[in-house]
Amino acid sequence: MISACTDRGDLVILQLMTKCRQIFDAAWIRRATNRIAQQVLELNGGAGGLVMVGLHTHGVSIARRLAAAVKQLEGSEVPVGTMDITLYRDDVGMRPGGPHLPAPEGTDIPFDITGKTVILVDDVLNTGRSIRAALDELVDLGRPEKIQLVGLIDRGGRQLPIRPDFIGRKVTIDDDEKIVVHLGGPEGTDEVVVTGKESGA
Amino acid sequence: MGTTLVADGRTICPDQGIDRKLNVLLSDGRVAELTESRPAADKVINASGKIVSPGLIDMHVHLREPGKENEETIASGSAAAVAGGFPSVACMSNTDPAVDNEASSEFVFLQAERAGLANIYPVGSVPKGRRGEELAEIGQLSRSGTVAFSDDGSPVSSADIMRRGLEYTKMFGKAIIEHCEDLALSGDGVMNEGTLSTILGLPGIPAASESGAVARDIILAELTGGKLHIAHVSTAGAVELIRTAKRQRLSVTAEATPHHFTLTDQCVKAYDPVYKMKPPLRTQADVDAVREGLRDGTIDAIASDHAPHSTEEKQLEFSLAPFGVIGMESLLPVAVTELIDRVLDWPELIAKLTCNPARILGIDKGTLRPGADADVTIIDPHLTWTIDANRFRSKSRNCPFHGKQVRGRAIQTIVGGKTKYRLHPNADY
Amino acid sequence: MNWTRRHLLGLEDLSAEEINVILDTAESFREVSTRKKKKVPTLTGKVVVMMFVEPSTRTLTSFSLAARRLSADVVSFARGGSSILKGETLLDTAKNIQALGIDVIVLRHPAPGTPHLLARNLDASIVNAGDGSHEHPTQGLLDIFTIRDKKKQIEGLTVAIVGDIKYSRVARSNIWGLKKLGARVVVVAPATLIPPGIEELGVEVCYDLDKIIPECDVINILRIQLERQKSGLFPSIREYTKVFGLNAERLAHAKEGLLIMHPGPMNRGIEITPEVADGPHSVVLDQVTNGLAVRMAVLYLVSGARG
Repeated sequence: MISACTDRGDLVILQLMTKCRQIFDAAWIRRATNRIAQQVLELNGGAGGLVMVGLHTHGVSIARRLAAAVKQLEGSEVPVGTMDITLYRDDVGMRPGGPHLPAPEGTDIPFDITGKTVILVDDVLNTGRSIRAALDELVDLGRPEKIQLVGLIDRGGRQLPIRPDFIGRKVTIDDDEKIVVHLGGPEGTDEVVVTGKESGA
Repeated sequence: MGTTLVADGRTICPDQGIDRKLNVLLSDGRVAELTESRPAADKVINASGKIVSPGLIDMHVHLREPGKENEETIASGSAAAVAGGFPSVACMSNTDPAVDNEASSEFVFLQAERAGLANIYPVGSVPKGRRGEELAEIGQLSRSGTVAFSDDGSPVSSADIMRRGLEYTKMFGKAIIEHCEDLALSGDGVMNEGTLSTILGLPGIPAASESGAVARDIILAELTGGKLHIAHVSTAGAVELIRTAKRQRLSVTAEATPHHFTLTDQCVKAYDPVYKMKPPLRTQADVDAVREGLRDGTIDAIASDHAPHSTEEKQLEFSLAPFGVIGMESLLPVAVTELIDRVLDWPELIAKLTCNPARILGIDKGTLRPGADADVTIIDPHLTWTIDANRFRSKSRNCPFHGKQVRGRAIQTIVGGKTKYRLHPNADY
Repeated sequence: MNWTRRHLLGLEDLSAEEINVILDTAESFREVSTRKKKKVPTLTGKVVVMMFVEPSTRTLTSFSLAARRLSADVVSFARGGSSILKGETLLDTAKNIQALGIDVIVLRHPAPGTPHLLARNLDASIVNAGDGSHEHPTQGLLDIFTIRDKKKQIEGLTVAIVGDIKYSRVARSNIWGLKKLGARVVVVAPATLIPPGIEELGVEVCYDLDKIIPECDVINILRIQLERQKSGLFPSIREYTKVFGLNAERLAHAKEGLLIMHPGPMNRGIEITPEVADGPHSVVLDQVTNGLAVRMAVLYLVSGARG
């Protein structure tokens, strides 16, 4: 329920229902994205052939910020696409009693990714299942030269052999805690919070 | 055979205007006396707190034999009848072959005798084979015990045959029990025509299909002086026409079924064919009108129109499933639950199940007059239970009241002085 | 909101919110059909049966393609006529099919309420692909999707549905959906083809096409079944065309931006002239294209609601 609430940016309800502590503030997010942008450019020898694909919802914002940082550093435009991996999930109809499927946001990648280096961007890396789905969708959409993975936060807990190329920070939290990234939320605040054990939700 | 005393019950015999605590003495298959004293008897049935009624009569049932013995037989139908409190039932002619000659009516009597449970009265068809122009052998049938004539399941096919039928049956004092329906207006309809049929996309049967036919038949009854009984009245329009006819002292009587005074077309919403019958379930206004007709005496009798169909057939698509519901074992409790204290008092209800149908059919039943056949139904008016079609004696299960919480039940059915049904005192209802 | 329904039996049962979930979902599925590889793995390993007891090439093709684009395995089970004629009841047939391990049954059947019969008795998800004169929910949805796509919203629009209202499942599904989303709906037909009590569904009845045209934002023309004339519901095809057929002359007083829809297949020259069918107002082919996205959305949502 927590992530469902926060996906809608519904911070107020979230805070009422759960204990929640900030672990990173806006300044950290800014520094982390700038650093990741630099690392991406360094590893790839510049912005040539780069495209960004952000995963709905927060991966999209981070991808846009990375593209802006690249432009500031190199002066070149990196195209940004958005991806909703809902259609590539491996659990359609397999969640008894759980929340049913939301309407997908849709994938919008208005450029050809064949031969490109795709920088795949997500906010929080965890089991790796979303990334598996995203990789499947990317190879269905074209034949990229390379795919590199960015995660703002890596909370571990991988269930698949997937490894990020760039991360903001590795964070260890309890299993029943969740990490939620707010970017331009209802109060316009950027922050990363850990939400505690659910209290009666 | 000896004597039986049904003791200490509230004895209701509308035929004699009796409703009080009386002991009923049965002797050698006949009613010997109704008395406040306590004569000696070989056997005493304690009916204290119960209602003692003349044996009930269901004047409109379909027993399917011959032809569809998988759905009902005269034996299984007899068992259902006595379990429902009916020592006597009249069964319709639409078997295969139809009851249109002496041999076929004899077959009904023979099978009823073999079953040995209830009095089964055959109703003969009006034209031979229920169709065509030639009248069935109404005279011979009448002499051999056929109690009325009907093509029920369908209306008598034309105004002309109806006219001749009414004229001809008049000679023998028999009624034509008419299924009033204008088949052209009904078309391929499967439910009441109205907003709901429009929503469900099911072809409708307009109320005018019934009331138009009732009007025609009343006019023919007036023309011929014949004896007309309107079966299963379902619409406000038909009730009003019958009321007017009775005011004009025409020989017109009518019956209503429990489903038509209880359920509305809203039941069809889930497309369950257990609610598919003819005439179809109508609107609340029609249900109210039928109840008013029962209350003011426009409608003389209550009958089940017991129409068994196999589960396989009733599990078909709504438009393909056959019309009809069973009702012998649910009639009395539904009538008690829905009508007593609201529409009818006990003597009025019992009249519609005893002396009134007996009069319409011209049979010597439905009364506890001394000398009458010892047919008695003992009713527990307070027993509350849930109708479970799976426990019916009928072979079929198509009961729209399955699962309904009801009050009242026949607990003992005596036919000709012998108990043919008794609810086990520890029954888990 | 989240989608929780296992079946799609009709639009009567749905809330405006649920209808919008389907339309929004369909929106995102439209993109899939623009890809080079027009397929996503969403329903991999799921089995969808196309049970078409009444033949319909268009609806069958659209649903089959929708299921395949979602990577479902598709089995077709078409048979003509009613089940009873073949000695096996529909329910038996469906139970047999289900025993093969089926997730979704897409049912087209001439008898109203058959999807409800299956939904009551089976575990599989049931999608109604048209049941007699009752409903054709995906057609209603694709019509509404097309209107929303062109007009941006449904609320406040005037939509006329013209033709065989009495027997049309398309009309019923459109009426439910459009009314829930706030449109004004007018049904136009000969009085013999207007079913009793239709006003209680919140629609207006009009017998004069010319009078209503200037008020319309959308006109949805229904196919007139020629057997209706034979069963005496109107005097002749010629008269029907004259009184209720849509032609260019009639459209002279139409609003700019009027949309003309037709669920197909068209009787060109009877309920609609070729000139209008292929004219600038016509969105008939958009309807077909959108049908695919809507059916993908429906299959996806009912599959997702299975637990």
